[in-house]
Amino acid sequence: MSDETGPDGRGARFHGLILIGGLLFGFGLGVSRMARPEVVLDFLQFQDFGLLFVMGGAAAVSAVTFTLGADVLRGTAPLTGRAYGRRVKQLDRNVLVGGAIFGVGWGLSGICPGAAYASLGVGNWPILWAIGGMFLGAYAQGYARSVLADRRGAEGIPGAD
Amino acid sequence: MVGLEGVLLQAGPLVETFPWLAAFFPEGVVSYALGGLFIGLGVAVIYLGTGITAGASTFLETTLSYTSRLPRFNRRKYLASRDWRLTFTLGIVLGAAAYALTIGPGGWTTAVQPWRLLVGGVLVGVGTRVGKGCTSGHGVCGVGSLSGTSVTNVATFLVVAAGTAQVVMALGVVP
Repeated sequence: MSDETGPDGRGARFHGLILIGGLLFGFGLGVSRMARPEVVLDFLQFQDFGLLFVMGGAAAVSAVTFTLGADVLRGTAPLTGRAYGRRVKQLDRNVLVGGAIFGVGWGLSGICPGAAYASLGVGNWPILWAIGGMFLGAYAQGYARSVLADRRGAEGIPGAD
Repeated sequence: MVGLEGVLLQAGPLVETFPWLAAFFPEGVVSYALGGLFIGLGVAVIYLGTGITAGASTFLETTLSYTSRLPRFNRRKYLASRDWRLTFTLGIVLGAAAYALTIGPGGWTTAVQPWRLLVGGVLVGVGTRVGKGCTSGHGVCGVGSLSGTSVTNVATFLVVAAGTAQVVMALGVVP
């Protein structure tokens, strides 16, 4: 994602559209049953492979959309002036290490960020344990990164982000 | 309303044609595929209007920037997106609530034990930040972008998660 651009639009239309997108996204997480940790665990324990259709269906729609934006329209988005691009990130060791840590957490709990927010929306209050844990983990990671960056900065070695 | 959920969860023509599929898709595929299309539609609406490829996990870091002074959470790119990520997340919560109150089963709570949710949550929080994305960022937007990085990340977490869940099951941890 081209996060290095300036602040995104903050108008009512911008937030209204983001809200509509979030509503559809959350509704889909409900319909697809991904907001239920039990269903995700069933998938990971090879008892119900339906999750493949969730990810496949969503990725197919996003693939068509990104192709339309990046290859056909080739312009900028009306509400932000941001260029239509794709989500391409650098492949490094962190992608593998992070994916593995994420995998242990996902396999243990059946919960990932988007599904956890959605789960809160269906009144699943025990999911607050998972959401609290995710914030704790993200904070711990950020704290460790900051300390490492300071140390590297003092030694004059540029730290990888 | 139970009727509609019944329709969503029916086995469907695919399984009727190929009965052996029922073992792999005991709840059919209709609700899964339909839900996936809605998730993709949410991504599409945001992308076409704003050019943003929306993932769900960066919300953790950007929201921490409201309360933490750590430079890590206060970089320009997080400050620039923290407002809309709040709106996006609010939308996810409300969208799921709309599902639960209409065609869904109403409110419900998980039986998965709190320690699993908490420990799993911490690891997901660390892993998604180290690995630059989650099931929506890498799994939907990244794979939809045909990004090799995202495909690699998704393959890694799928294999590790399945292995973890198998071990947990073998140890007799239920639910």
